Amino acid sequence: MKLQQLIRMASAALALFSSLTAPPVLAQAKEQFFPVLVYRTGAYATNGQQWANGYLDYLKLINAKGGINGVRISFEECETAYATDRGVECYERLKGKGGGATVFQPLSTGITFALTEKVPVDRIPLITAGYGRSESQNGAVFTWNFPLLGTYWVGADVAIQHIAKKEGGIAKLKGKKIALVYHDSPYGKEPIPILQELGKTHGFDVQLLPVAHPGVEQKATWLQIRQQKPDYVLLWGWGVMNSTALREAQSTGYPRDRMIGIWWAGAEPDVKDVAEGAKGYSALTLQHGAEPGSKVVKEILDLVYAKGQGTGPKDEVGQVLYMRGLISAMLGVEGVRKAQERYGKGKVMTGEQVRWGLENLNLDQKALDAMGFAGVMRPVQTSCLDHMGSSWVRVHTWNGSKWEFSSDWYQADEKVIRPMVMLASGKYADEKKIKPRTPEECRK
Amino acid sequence: MGFFIETLIGGLMAGMLYSLVALGFVLIFKASGVFNFAQGAMVLFAALAMARFSAWVPEWLGVDSRLLANGIAFVLSGALMFAVAWLIERLVLRHLVNQDGATLLMATLGIAYVLEGVGSSIFGSDIYKIDVGMPKEPVMILEESIEGGLLINREDFVAALIAALLVSLLWLFFQKTATGRALRAVADDHQAAQSIGIPLNRIWVIVWCVAGLVALVAGIIWGSKLGVQFSLATVALRALPVVILGGLTSIPGAIIGGLIIGVGEKLSEVYLGPFIGGGIEIWFAYQLALVFLLFRPQGLFGEKIIDRV
Repeated sequence: MKLQQLIRMASAALALFSSLTAPPVLAQAKEQFFPVLVYRTGAYATNGQQWANGYLDYLKLINAKGGINGVRISFEECETAYATDRGVECYERLKGKGGGATVFQPLSTGITFALTEKVPVDRIPLITAGYGRSESQNGAVFTWNFPLLGTYWVGADVAIQHIAKKEGGIAKLKGKKIALVYHDSPYGKEPIPILQELGKTHGFDVQLLPVAHPGVEQKATWLQIRQQKPDYVLLWGWGVMNSTALREAQSTGYPRDRMIGIWWAGAEPDVKDVAEGAKGYSALTLQHGAEPGSKVVKEILDLVYAKGQGTGPKDEVGQVLYMRGLISAMLGVEGVRKAQERYGKGKVMTGEQVRWGLENLNLDQKALDAMGFAGVMRPVQTSCLDHMGSSWVRVHTWNGSKWEFSSDWYQADEKVIRPMVMLASGKYADEKKIKPRTPEECRK
Repeated sequence: MGFFIETLIGGLMAGMLYSLVALGFVLIFKASGVFNFAQGAMVLFAALAMARFSAWVPEWLGVDSRLLANGIAFVLSGALMFAVAWLIERLVLRHLVNQDGATLLMATLGIAYVLEGVGSSIFGSDIYKIDVGMPKEPVMILEESIEGGLLINREDFVAALIAALLVSLLWLFFQKTATGRALRAVADDHQAAQSIGIPLNRIWVIVWCVAGLVALVAGIIWGSKLGVQFSLATVALRALPVVILGGLTSIPGAIIGGLIIGVGEKLSEVYLGPFIGGGIEIWFAYQLALVFLLFRPQGLFGEKIIDRV
């Protein structure tokens, strides 16, 4: 009898203690969990951490403004060091946390390749803004992938358009030699099929020059460039590979104004130490450049940094990769907001509901301007068949001390890209035995 | 022909820099039998210190001259590397006397992680600049005798000269001084060296200090070329095939090995790369070292291992 009483008392005490210490159920239910895969260590840390800081600061800004229709955002970082195995480990650890992950954004094409097979099983969307698999634009096959704003095929097509414009027309590309100096990884290899296709169409020669990770040794590559004398060099690097390429170009005398980088080779860490040596070098932008004067950046400084809650150094707020992270976070948040329009404002959305939101994004200029992105980016409109939503690109050029826009807007040529996307995604669907969604299924 | 010579010269100059990093491995292995996995982290730590001190010194002392600021930064960084060496001996090695090689290797792996972490905590993990006035623009020579001339990277040329000078000094130190002989005695047998009165702990501090100094010079050269950032730690990976090929106990081996690897990887990338997909220079260096190992397991100049049973 005494033992039973003791057990009952202990249970009651435990229950009371639990009710006092546990967070209120209501507060827990009102949190939308964003896992944040980052790399603040390793060979690519310098670039990775700026992206991560922008991503986190935007989530903090949304919370400072009351959340997504009242739903606060909770988040947790996981360090991938840009390694695919660690990225997958982070995914497995965070996918079920906080009631379930809203969306994953791994900032690595290698990790994206690995997660593409996992997200359909776990029903979590995968945003890869400006990276990932180019054929995943086809949402009928890649239901859970969202390469929003642009893919590497978009980048390659625009780079060729830009070269054609510099040369005085697309016909002038005939007989030209264009070298691709690329990171020898899934990321670096992505533009090869479209460049070869464009080369065949327009009559230019594509020279492929891979650079092994992390890209600190490129002497042999640049000796080959010196020997083969390409008319242009496309730089598809990341991290230290970019600055090393520019230094080698300087030391072999290759003109920097004939080099064009992808948007991952066009940020401050890539050029600031090369400074004058990188003058004239141009890179594509994923719409935005460095945007320290934008309204959204001012809001972050006022509502996040002024309260001592900023994630990174204040002087990096608004830089290119910071903005990339910030915009990536914004796209995820807007996916949730759109999903709430259908599934209930002020409610926490599941991964599946957010997927619907991302597939029906309609960020027009008015909405973007209202969010503080005026002058930073152009409208994004996705659909079942188009998970990219936009393919606008500008070019900016390093003037020795800062990036300046040097071109008007380009848009990728759908006539070139769409058939390639359909072909590659169809092949993927056959390999994986995926039945592409029909327009009727899309409308559900 | 001109292009082949350019590639050859480029390889030789790169090889000289690999030798410098390889020397850090050889020095410590010779004196303590430890394969120092932390050599890359030491290069990174030293370069971070140099880069940050050279930026902080003008702020702290109001020094305007870049030369003076770099000089003071070099002294401070050197002192810091000596302090690191002393701490490594006090906190790690002293407790591992007479332990087997694998234990010591694992300890240096731990040291590498600590140095990388502490380095980025103290100095930050941004990209920093070391500006010691290395010439960046290339120079064209022999334009009249070779068609198209030879393009020489002046920065690599100066770096190779500095590396060659340091390597020569260290070779003299090891071969011609009493301390050098004591270092070699310790490497042969800890216990035997102690029994004849060689102070093991002091020797270890000295050799780690010298390796720290080598790391500092390597860090300045590579940092000036690439910018100071985490990737510098991976430069040590470039030196691994050099020590495999040259032998872990031989300073001339580190030099010759560095030159063979440097030339081999550049020629292979340029002439073989296009046929097998390119991007081969890193693994080709290891393949080259492995081929040498098939015939000389102790490396080109390493001491022959004789086990009496």
